[in-house]
Amino acid sequence: MSGARAYPPGQHPDLPPPDGTVGPLAWARARLFSTPVNAGLTLAALAFLALVLPPLLDWLLVRADFRPHASARDCDGLGACWAVVTRQPLQYFVGFYPASEIWRPILAFLLLLGAGYVALAPHVPWRRHLAWGVALYPLVAAWLLLGGGPLEEVSTIKWGGFLLTLVLGVAGIAASLPLGILLALARRSDLPVMRFLATAFIEGVRGIPLIVFLFFVSVLLPLFFPEGMTFDKLVRALIAVALFESAYMAEVVRGGFQAVPRGQYEAAAALGLGYWRTTALITLPQALKVAIPGIVNTFIALFKDTSLVITIGLLELLGTAKLILANENWIAVPEEAFVFVAFLFWVPCFFMSRYSVALERRLAEGADRKRGPLR
Amino acid sequence: MSEGAGEVVIEIRDMHKWFGHFHVLKAIDLVVRRGERIVICGPSGSGKSTLIRCINRLETHQRGEIRVHGTELNANTRNIEEIRRDVGMVFQSFNLFPHLTVLENCTLALRHVRRMPRAEAETLAMGFLERVCIPEQAAKFPGQLSGGQQQRAAIARALCMSPRIMLFDEPTSALDPEMIREVLDVMVSLAEEGMTMLVVTHEMGFARTVANRVIFMDGGEIIEEAPPDEFFASPKNERTRAFLSQILSH
Repeated sequence: MSGARAYPPGQHPDLPPPDGTVGPLAWARARLFSTPVNAGLTLAALAFLALVLPPLLDWLLVRADFRPHASARDCDGLGACWAVVTRQPLQYFVGFYPASEIWRPILAFLLLLGAGYVALAPHVPWRRHLAWGVALYPLVAAWLLLGGGPLEEVSTIKWGGFLLTLVLGVAGIAASLPLGILLALARRSDLPVMRFLATAFIEGVRGIPLIVFLFFVSVLLPLFFPEGMTFDKLVRALIAVALFESAYMAEVVRGGFQAVPRGQYEAAAALGLGYWRTTALITLPQALKVAIPGIVNTFIALFKDTSLVITIGLLELLGTAKLILANENWIAVPEEAFVFVAFLFWVPCFFMSRYSVALERRLAEGADRKRGPLR
Repeated sequence: MSEGAGEVVIEIRDMHKWFGHFHVLKAIDLVVRRGERIVICGPSGSGKSTLIRCINRLETHQRGEIRVHGTELNANTRNIEEIRRDVGMVFQSFNLFPHLTVLENCTLALRHVRRMPRAEAETLAMGFLERVCIPEQAAKFPGQLSGGQQQRAAIARALCMSPRIMLFDEPTSALDPEMIREVLDVMVSLAEEGMTMLVVTHEMGFARTVANRVIFMDGGEIIEEAPPDEFFASPKNERTRAFLSQILSH
């Protein structure tokens, strides 16, 4: 019998874990080589990377030709021919925005980063005061980009490339979240009329492809307004994207609301809080927290969906690339152009994804530390 | 015992409630006077929780009337909000707001319903957190507290609105045995201060020492109603006797 006790009852100290159960080596053994199958998978993955990465990097960077030749025919042909990008990089970023006014989209972009930082970073000094700047950002950006007053006017017809993608994506995100929240609230409402209207809108819109919806809004919207009143194509696209994505957002947010226990509503009611205060202070914050992965997923989908505005004649990032590739000088190097476009789409999407993970972790920290950082 | 001395604060007359077709509360008559401590007990499904939830209209009754401080509870939202500000409630599952700190849980209604300035609300709330002996937990989130601490925070949150009546819906049922004591202690001290209390509980020790009336419910009806010594010593109804023999036998 191994009944020998080294310590009297109740006196057992906390001992360090046995050797080889913590640390990087133990981690690798536990996670990468714990079983023959796991070890096999690890080795197969390494082999795959060894097979694919070197030639890919070789083509993309090592033997690539970055010189801004006038045509793909002047490239040395050993690796990628980046001239398709380096010859006219601005067109990818701003389309036909006048080169002399290029500082305006650049400034608008920097201000966007600033506003985004104030709105999203965990600890911002003077956030309360800076919030006004964030709220005014859309007006400032619109003025910078469109012009007026002392600034030369630049019609939205000339906007294109990444600029247009960003305008559609950011405005769509900024509009679809509040719209989606209102739709979700309406769908959960006790008032049958609200519930019916919200449900009809959500189910109607979700059943239509975005391309069709874009045509729909683009063609039908003008019919609702007095004759002669023309609507900017970009505004139509913005409305279409915002409405379309808000239907998806509504369902994601509604899912978040379903996760809020009934007791939360009852506790709020027992304290004398009415519907709007209960929603704003108690249930919405909890619903949004639960829904973060879904919300960000919708944001990312929205950002990439903006490339469909090409169907109503707006040349955003992908459309611009296609336009460039239509030129016979570049017709031979679509891979390079599309890789660059993919990269420009990927950067903001990856940022959103990382931000959502960080936000989840930050929100989990206080609320349920006992259950660990990520449930 | 000063039975019948204080003014009437809750008056329930011939009140009925249905969940769909299910008749949960039948012909409830109950008068509660200021300062009374009433314990409601009975088997699960007897309607005792539903009864006290009707008093602040978390549940809607369909027949009869309920008056709290003379104000009738009906569809009039203003009446409902007025009554809810006067009636504090403590739940079995605490229902603290998990995304707010303990202090924020306490000050929320003060600031947004009573429109009290932040500093004033925090001073008041800290006072009540001291009363329930958890001032050091003020900056923590509910998830970081033990069950007993959470329930005491929930009591402090209700007290912040300076209610004249407190409803307790099985406040100790979700707690480990070690934590029941600390919550009951807070409730006893509230009772000593003269708070009007309606408590749904299986804590018969609490009923015996603190209550001045015990109500036994079964099948949606008030079966028996008596001062605790009488209630425990010589229950009149057969069902009460059966219930007591089960609950006291262990």
